[in-house]
Amino acid sequence: MLMGLYNYWVVVVLMMVGFYIVIAHGNLIKKIVGLSIFQTSVFIFYISMAKVDGGTAPILAEGIKQYSNPLPHVLILTAIVVGIATTALGLALAVRIKEAYGSIEEEEIQKKDNLDC
Amino acid sequence: MKDLFAVIMLSGIYGLLSASFFVAMDAVDVAFTEASVGAGISTLLMLVAITMTGRSENPTRHKPVLALAVVIVTGSLLIYGTLDMPYFGLAQDPVHLHVAPRYINDSMQEVGVPNIVTSVLASYRGFDTFGEVVVIFTAGMGVLALLSVAHRPKDTAEIDSINKSMHEEHLILRIVAKILIPFILLFALYVQFHGDFGPGGGFQAGVIFAAAIILYTMLFGMSTARRVINQTYIQLFAAIGVLLYGSVGVISLLNGKNFLDYSALSADPVAGQHLGILLIELGVGITVASVMVIIFFNFAGRKNDQQNNRE
Repeated sequence: MLMGLYNYWVVVVLMMVGFYIVIAHGNLIKKIVGLSIFQTSVFIFYISMAKVDGGTAPILAEGIKQYSNPLPHVLILTAIVVGIATTALGLALAVRIKEAYGSIEEEEIQKKDNLDC
Repeated sequence: MKDLFAVIMLSGIYGLLSASFFVAMDAVDVAFTEASVGAGISTLLMLVAITMTGRSENPTRHKPVLALAVVIVTGSLLIYGTLDMPYFGLAQDPVHLHVAPRYINDSMQEVGVPNIVTSVLASYRGFDTFGEVVVIFTAGMGVLALLSVAHRPKDTAEIDSINKSMHEEHLILRIVAKILIPFILLFALYVQFHGDFGPGGGFQAGVIFAAAIILYTMLFGMSTARRVINQTYIQLFAAIGVLLYGSVGVISLLNGKNFLDYSALSADPVAGQHLGILLIELGVGITVASVMVIIFFNFAGRKNDQQNNRE
């Protein structure tokens, strides 16, 4: 009966993949990719909660009794577009850091900062 | 993987895969958005970013064992936490017992729009969506503040000579794109105005519209695109979208109802809802499209500027 929980496990695995990329890699672009994988895992978490067995997409039509839950869909739809806007902001910061420090590797940036002090 | 180009391509494929997963989960609106955002625009922006920041990653010296340990501990705690969660796909899960039945059973009488996602997004939770639009607008302004460069307009002769020199190398792509772009724009408008009845709406339409303009910019060069789309106007449009959304709310306040209560817009409440949803979806579409174009223009403009400085 535990198999009924597999959707959460997929989410946890994806989330941990993203988390690992964020903490184990020094490259800022790779960190942003990791963050977006983490983000997608949360999307999948919400959408899989909205699924109802035998339900259809939440567009009202004749003769359909069972619909999926529309509320998580709304939340995630807006979250995706907000997500790309914030990702773009992160990439813009990475570009500026590259211009200021000549590198987007965390270690090299810290080394340069220490030299300045 | 040390090659960031491959990393970004894989993340684009991952975006497309998760879009098809959302279709399988009956979330068609979400799948639509993810396909255009995750597989399209985000891959593109990351590619533009790595052309400026370098393509390969330095080999890291520190050992990943500690990171791996942290990840495994957190992961197993989370899995332990899921053991009490309700099972997947059952109709009597707690999520489906509150609010959602009201949306499913009553939205046809109250809002009169077959697509429940649209009626929740634009009417029941309109204030939330307003917040999201403001966040997108703010992010666009942030990119503008970080990356905008003083742009020196090139004269027409120079642009024409660049176009001539590029003509041979991208001939097929350019001709195909010229045929495709009107249809992409038309499709974006269809998605925008058909969102009440089928999957679609302002967010998706805005992204698709921006994708058409970005395609044009990539194939015909920044300077040509700047002649077609004025940077100042597009910034103005981003603000107009937010203003349109907000003023619909203010109008319903002035008519004596709550903020964003569209039944105040017309004598018949359902007709008022239709009008309100149309207007705010338009506001969302305009803002999303202009912000995406602003973001891309600033990334690409920065890159051109760097190249000019190097020469």
